[in-house]
Amino acid sequence: MFQFIDVQYKDILDVPSLLIEKGKITTLVGTSGSGKTTLLRMLNKMLSPTQGRIMFKAHDLETLNTVTHRRQVTMLSQNPVMFDGSIRDNLNIGLKFHEKNVGSDEMLLSMLERVKLKKALDTSPHVLSGGEKQRLALGRVLLLNSEIVLLDEPSAALDDETEETIIKMVVEYVRIENKTLVMVTHSKTMAEKQSDIIIEISEGRCRSIRGCTK
Amino acid sequence: MNGVIDLTVFQVALAYVFVLMVLVIMRFLGIKREKELIISSVRMTLQLVLVGYLLVYIFDNPNPFVTVGIIFVMEAFAVHTVFKKYQGKLSRPLKKVIAFSISMGTLSCLVYFLLIVIRISPWYQPQYFIPIAGMFIGNSMTGISLGVKLLLDGMITQRALVEEALILGATPQAATKSIINNTFDAAILPTMYSMVGMGIVFLPGMMTGQILSGTSPTTAIAYQIAIMLGILGAVALTVILMLQLGYRTFFNKDEQLQSF
Repeated sequence: MFQFIDVQYKDILDVPSLLIEKGKITTLVGTSGSGKTTLLRMLNKMLSPTQGRIMFKAHDLETLNTVTHRRQVTMLSQNPVMFDGSIRDNLNIGLKFHEKNVGSDEMLLSMLERVKLKKALDTSPHVLSGGEKQRLALGRVLLLNSEIVLLDEPSAALDDETEETIIKMVVEYVRIENKTLVMVTHSKTMAEKQSDIIIEISEGRCRSIRGCTK
Repeated sequence: MNGVIDLTVFQVALAYVFVLMVLVIMRFLGIKREKELIISSVRMTLQLVLVGYLLVYIFDNPNPFVTVGIIFVMEAFAVHTVFKKYQGKLSRPLKKVIAFSISMGTLSCLVYFLLIVIRISPWYQPQYFIPIAGMFIGNSMTGISLGVKLLLDGMITQRALVEEALILGATPQAATKSIINNTFDAAILPTMYSMVGMGIVFLPGMMTGQILSGTSPTTAIAYQIAIMLGILGAVALTVILMLQLGYRTFFNKDEQLQSF
C-alpha cells in the first residue's frame, strides 16, 4: 500500500526501502526521538520527505491531492485537540471536514459506546479527563470510516492502561472493518500482541522485526 | 449660512495654549513626554501647512497624472505603515497579499464611489479624489492593520487546532475558518461602532469641516452618510481580501502548516 523509496527526512529519518501492506497491522517501535512519529506523519502527508519518494497504491504521494489523501488516511494524534462546542460537535467536526452529512444522535451515541465513553452528547469536552479526550478523539476518527488508520503513541501523560485500551479498541475496529492500521507505540508487549508486522526504528533507520519486506 | 471666519496666524497660535496646558500637566505629574509632544505638535503644523499649499496648487491645476501619483503615494504609505508595524513578523507572500489587498480594496471602492455615487467630472478632479481617497485608504489601513495582528495571533495561538483539523482531512480554508471569521468580525467592528455613534456621540471630522467652511448641514450629512458607507465597503473589502488570500500563505503546496 505504501512503499518507501530512498526516503529521507532532514537528518531525522533515513529509510532506503519499506513496505506497508494493505489490511495489516503494522507497528513502529523504537526509543523516543528515533523518528517513529516523523515516519507516521509522512503517511498522511503532514510531512513530506526531503529526499526520495513514497508511493501510495503505485502513485507517487507527491502527485496526489493532499486533502483527498488525508481523508483516506486518518490519524489519531498523540495529543488530540478538542474543538469548541460539545461532544456532539467534536464527533461531527471530522465529518464536516470530510464534507459529509453530520451523524444522527443515535449514530454518535453508538460511537461513544464503542469507545466506552459514557457521556451525554451535550457535555463540553473540556471537562473530560486526558484518557476520555483520547477516546472521544478516537470516536471522531472512527466515524470517518477511512481506509487507513494511523495511531500515534497516546500521550505520555496517559497511563499504560489507557494506551492499551485505545490500542485494543482500534485493533478491534480495524480487524472487524478490514482496514489497514499503522501505529506507533513504546510498548513492545502491545506491539507483539497486536501486530502483524513490527518495524523498529533506531536513530532514524528501520529494522524489521516481524514479517516485513525490509 | 453665515460667512466663514478666516483664522489669522495669531488666532491659530492662540490654539497652542492647549499644548502649553498639556505640557504643564505633564511637568506637574512628572510624565516625561514633553519632547514627543513638542515634536508631534511641530510636525503636525509643518505637515499640514505644506499639504495645504500643495493642495491649493493641485486644486488650481488639476492633472490626471498628479491625482493618480498622489493616490499611489498614499497607497504606498499605507502599505509601508503596515509593514513597519509588523516588522520581522510578515512573510514575503503575506506582504504581497497585504499590498494587493490595500490597493485593490480601496481603489475599487474609490472608483465606484467617485464615478458612480458622486459622479465627479473630470474623473481625476483632485478636490474630491484626494480627500476621499485619504479617508478610504486611512480607514482601510487601520482595519487591515488590526486584521493582520489578529490573523497572526490566531495562527500562533490556534496552531494546534488548525493542525488537528488538517489531520482530520480539512482543507486549509476549513481549518482556518474560525480564525478568518473572528478576524473579519473584529477588524470591521470599529467602523461599525463609529457608524452607530455618529451624529449622537460625535460629529464626524469631515462633516464638521464642511459645516465650518459654510456648507449646509444637510449637504454635509448627505456626504457623510455616503462616505461612511464607502469607508465600510473599503475596510471590509480590504480585510476580506487580505484574509482570503492571506491564510494560504501559512501553508505550503502540500497543505502543511509552515513555520512562522
